[in-house]
Amino acid sequence: MTKRPDGLGADVAPSVAWYNDPTKRGYLFQALTLAAVIVVAWTIVHNTAVNLERRHIAQGFGFLSTTAGFDLAQESISFPKDASYGRALVVGLVNTVIVAVAGIFFATVFGFLVGVGRLSHNFVISRLCTGYVELLRNIPLLLQIFFWYFAVLGVLPSPRQSLQPIPGWVFVNNRGLYLPEFHFGSFAGWGVVGGLIVALVVSWAIRRWARARQMATGQQFPAGWVTLGLVVGLPLALFAISGFDLSLVAPKKSTFNLSGGIQIIPELIALVLALATYTASFIAEVVRAGILAVSHGQTEAARSLGLSHGQNLRLVVIPQAMRVIIPPLTNQYLNLTKNSSLAVAIAYPDLVSVGGIVLNQSGQAIEVIVIWMAIYLGTSVTTAMIMNVYNRRMAIVER
Amino acid sequence: MKTRILAATFGVLMGTTATVALAGTLDDVKNKGFVQCGVSQGLAGFSQPDSAGNWTGLDVDFCRSLASAIFNDPTKVKFTPLSAKERFTALQSGEIDVLSRNTTWTMSRDTKQGKFAGVMYYDGQGFMIRKSLGITSAKQLGGASVCTNTGTTTELNLADWFRTQKLDYKVVSFEKSEEVVKAYDAGRCDVLTTDASGLYAERLKLTKPDEHIVLPEIISKEPLGPMVRQGDDAWFNVVKWTYYALLTAEELGITKANADDTLAKTENPDVKRFLGKDGSFGADIGLTNAWAFQIVKNMGNYGELFEKNVGETSPLKISRGINALWTKGGLQYAPPVR
Repeated sequence: MTKRPDGLGADVAPSVAWYNDPTKRGYLFQALTLAAVIVVAWTIVHNTAVNLERRHIAQGFGFLSTTAGFDLAQESISFPKDASYGRALVVGLVNTVIVAVAGIFFATVFGFLVGVGRLSHNFVISRLCTGYVELLRNIPLLLQIFFWYFAVLGVLPSPRQSLQPIPGWVFVNNRGLYLPEFHFGSFAGWGVVGGLIVALVVSWAIRRWARARQMATGQQFPAGWVTLGLVVGLPLALFAISGFDLSLVAPKKSTFNLSGGIQIIPELIALVLALATYTASFIAEVVRAGILAVSHGQTEAARSLGLSHGQNLRLVVIPQAMRVIIPPLTNQYLNLTKNSSLAVAIAYPDLVSVGGIVLNQSGQAIEVIVIWMAIYLGTSVTTAMIMNVYNRRMAIVER
Repeated sequence: MKTRILAATFGVLMGTTATVALAGTLDDVKNKGFVQCGVSQGLAGFSQPDSAGNWTGLDVDFCRSLASAIFNDPTKVKFTPLSAKERFTALQSGEIDVLSRNTTWTMSRDTKQGKFAGVMYYDGQGFMIRKSLGITSAKQLGGASVCTNTGTTTELNLADWFRTQKLDYKVVSFEKSEEVVKAYDAGRCDVLTTDASGLYAERLKLTKPDEHIVLPEIISKEPLGPMVRQGDDAWFNVVKWTYYALLTAEELGITKANADDTLAKTENPDVKRFLGKDGSFGADIGLTNAWAFQIVKNMGNYGELFEKNVGETSPLKISRGINALWTKGGLQYAPPVR
């Protein structure tokens, strides 16, 4: 140990070999790790590129503008006869989004009902819900999709013997569900949509005002009823002013199928049913866990404050349960979206199915796989982001 | 010690680079001792496993002929069942050596995805429909739902044909032909479309085959043949001339039964060249001079393979039609062995 020459202050740091200095050694190992990762990544990318070049497999994304030349079973956006491969992929993406949104909606509804049902004091309901969860979550999803698909196809009659729940308007057969098409007159259409938007904005303002007034004065305002009236009433009123200008186009029987109207193909019905019921069994468990996580003391406290059973649920239990529910619920939504790619097994033209056709017709395997991965990554990250924003709003506000 | 690990790591990385450098397919096949052949997942008459698990069919027999030419042993083949969607990637990636899977020869496939070595079967696309619907012509199909395979020329021809006829239709497309047939049988669609030979084969799988008819219209040209990777001429020659050998044998009247006899007694210079008594045609393509004799001795000629698998004596009962030799008014024609 050497003293500083002026005799003041602390000791001068003892001279240590650089490789024994923890900080420098840390830098060294980080640099080595980084170098290793870069070398491995570069080797993989370079090897792939060289091999693709040698076998003339990858040729870039130019093929996306080539005419596709095939048709799809469900064309959710217009897919003209000379549309490109790129357009086909967009149709596939829209179809995937339709399945994901419908699936998430129904899975959430079923899941919450079953989850709450499992906690019911009614013996039959709680055991039924337990049975549902155990049955559905333990059978592989692909089998369930096949089950629904062939159950739907097997039970329903051919188009010539269609079932007609509303005779002349709604038809059900093994080609799907046929509904009448709505055509609003131009004023009626704008009136209904515009009225709905205005009503929603005004409702939001009323709720804010009512809450602020209750905070300030303690007086309550029946905001729920007023806003409900607005949202239903305003569009309806405008629709009435237009003289109920709405025409319905019913599906009509032709030689083979029904033509006109809206057709919901059995593949979509089977897929949404399978995804929703399967995912609901997981969501039910998430919901049950969330509710059980709220201690009973909270309910007792709410009762002693004089809150009704409904208010207790709405204001005390559910907000706290949601904090536990949302993160695992996000996982279930992401799973459902990714599982929708099993559509390929039953001819529903989702992104994977359409991508497969494009891949095969154009021979551009690498490009199509890159597009698949990018889109699924994109949709999953978007879903997760939305759920994170929601989660932040629901989280405990730390004071 | 550390340096050794590093060296090993580098070795592995460089190793990946080294293994991808391809030797010629013919040498690869000889080294591993068998031909890896891509076939369909089950199409009667073309490639289908029988009850004992042995692959049978015209496309399968082509691969066995190839193995006979190379190894003088038709069992030295391994089969990889592939969906329509997987087939070209499997070929390009080197997973299979030859694709013999009722694949239509088209320009884009022949120039971008591989090379076609010949036409084992001249086919065309047709329609099958339930008799009870009372349809007699494909032109009455406006508004029908049509079941088909994804990623096939069938799917594209279908769209083109309905477009030119100015008719509407709804497509329902599955990845596996087995699923297509199942959906058609379940009534999901009115019409099943694929190559005509395929329709006859698939009809056998329906619950009531007699209730379905094949409509007379043939809407496309579907020359089906074996395919190899691009840029490997030696292997391409072997596959192409195996096909020509099957045709030449039929043209010269050499059959599985009389092959030995012909070899012993023949004075015909064409036959002598073909069976390897004259010249070095086999050695020139990297095989033995007895290559063609081995094919005929083990497998028979093209006509025999056709009759056995899809012809009048088979369950499919398809007549030779345009698949007859050129000498009998058909399209099958092989260049001379000279």
